[in-house]
Amino acid sequence: MNIELLSQYLVAGITYGTIYAIVAIGFNIIYNATGIINFAQGEFVMLGGMTAVTLHGYMPLPAAILSAVIVTMIIGALIEALFIRWLVGPSVLRMIIITIGISIMLREAALHVWGEAVRALPYFTGTEISVISFGDVHVSPQVLWVTGISAVMVLCLNFFFNYTLLGRQMRACSSNRDAARLCGINAKNMVTLSFVLSAGIGALAGCVVSPITYVQYDSGTGLAIKGFTVAILGGLGNSSAAIAAGLILGILESISVMILPTAFKDVVSISLLLIILFVRPSGIFGSVEASRLKEF
Amino acid sequence: MLRSRFAPLLAFVVLIVCVQLLAVAADKPQYLTQLTMTGYYSLVIIGLCMLIGYAGQISIGHAGFFAIGGYVSAFLATYNLMPHKEKAFTGILSKTGLLVQAQDLYGADILVFHPWAACIAAVAVTMLIAYVIGGPILKLKGHYLAMATLGFGTIIYKIVLGTSLFGAADGLSDIPGFRILPGLEVSGKSSLRIHNYYIAWGIVVLGMLLLSNLINSRVGRALRSIHSAEDAANAMGINTARYKLNIFVLSAVFAALGGVFLTHYNGGIGPSEASIMKSVRYVAIVAIGGMANLWGALSMGLILNFMSLRGYFGSYDDAVFGIILIIIMLFAPEGLLRRELLQWPKKLFSSKAEEKKA
Repeated sequence: MNIELLSQYLVAGITYGTIYAIVAIGFNIIYNATGIINFAQGEFVMLGGMTAVTLHGYMPLPAAILSAVIVTMIIGALIEALFIRWLVGPSVLRMIIITIGISIMLREAALHVWGEAVRALPYFTGTEISVISFGDVHVSPQVLWVTGISAVMVLCLNFFFNYTLLGRQMRACSSNRDAARLCGINAKNMVTLSFVLSAGIGALAGCVVSPITYVQYDSGTGLAIKGFTVAILGGLGNSSAAIAAGLILGILESISVMILPTAFKDVVSISLLLIILFVRPSGIFGSVEASRLKEF
Repeated sequence: MLRSRFAPLLAFVVLIVCVQLLAVAADKPQYLTQLTMTGYYSLVIIGLCMLIGYAGQISIGHAGFFAIGGYVSAFLATYNLMPHKEKAFTGILSKTGLLVQAQDLYGADILVFHPWAACIAAVAVTMLIAYVIGGPILKLKGHYLAMATLGFGTIIYKIVLGTSLFGAADGLSDIPGFRILPGLEVSGKSSLRIHNYYIAWGIVVLGMLLLSNLINSRVGRALRSIHSAEDAANAMGINTARYKLNIFVLSAVFAALGGVFLTHYNGGIGPSEASIMKSVRYVAIVAIGGMANLWGALSMGLILNFMSLRGYFGSYDDAVFGIILIIIMLFAPEGLLRRELLQWPKKLFSSKAEEKKA
């Protein structure tokens, strides 16, 4: 095992880990606003990637990505308005089954619209063989795009939640819904907004990563499970811990490829999910007390 | 009490016989093939109904248990031990009568496990796995439980898809028939179609008999109390963890048996049997059937699985189950076929009778 190979695995791990972290943040936004886990989170990533690939046939790349993100945001809002908004005090089991149903419908719709073909956007800059070298480490420019855009996205979200009125309203709703409503915040709109937001960041993640990982109608489920693993690993609802957890999972996964056949890559990360759930469901960064307070 | 328990079972047996006679009379014997397969899927569904409806624990990974059953028995029933014939281990196995000599497609002699040995091994493996993962998994609740079972199902799917010993994406095929008893053989031969139809539904009837007895016993009452208020049940001295685990294992065994028999009947099994979509489909059927309603789940499973196997849903097969799941959960979260619903014709008649008296 030489250092060069190890660093390549590390880079691959960081790339995938970033995407898992973004999916996990999507889970967290909706979880914080509603207390439910949106099992259709991975489908937002898939929809974003697929829509962008189709739109790229008619318009330049940045416009296609922007439009794809907006389309996915609208789909997110529609889902919330149609299936979530008017339910009165739904049980957790009911919400789980509904969001699973939504994920199946989105996946099947994608299958009928786009077929089973594997698609990808072109590389944002350069081609699949162009590399940028940092000493011995050779990195595809797309990797820099993925990590860069994800970092910008996280910074923007941070700014949004801490320094804008709308973001602070959303946070108020997640910490105490009734108190927020007494202050004149429309809690239902905040829930819609959380779906729009997490659909948007999922779609953007799907666009930037599609040149490397490709998208297919059913690529959402795997991403959802891994994103959930990361969300749990970092402690549900804790988005900054999710980034660290995402990198951990990504790197673990790419190291596992050195030891086990690639076909078992997913088995490793899902086994990790089960182990965390069994041993420390509050996550490695979360506090046990805080997680007990949440309703499950 | 006794009559109310056995009346639906008797009616069900009559229905099974009628359907068979109708299918033959209408000259559509090919329908019996799908009905037989539906029977084996029904085993998974009634087991899962016990877990979701009565013990109140969701599982989105039961196709995993189905696949464990199917794959283990298929693997043992086809894996040729002839090259290892000289080894002591193989010698011991064949002396105990666990192995049978057979011929493969090309007429070469092969040495494989007897289907009975394979079946028992499959059930034993399933029970072991269910006990090992059931302990920690059932401590989880809500989203965590759903995700953990989903994760378990995905792991099994990825393992069978990635293991060349299990045929990877092609699955295992050329699985011999399963002679349960002399004269009773589970196999896909068209001459044995009616014969197999009765074996499948006979097993389902036995399963229903077992489960409906269980529901009406001390165990069933304990389960219902867990479902409505787990802490209260615990305070009343019910060992909730043990009950939940036992029902989890029971439902896993039902799923595994379904897998074992269907694999022998179809003569093969593929990784799609372990897919998440299958697990979701089982949950959807239990939900439509009314959650805590064995007969509802059984009848809905019969109708929907048969229609799906006959290809009535075309390429919208999975979409149909997804849409059904959403609609049921949005508008009738207690399930479509509720007990109260079955009660209202009774109420209608009794109120009329009272009016007459007055």
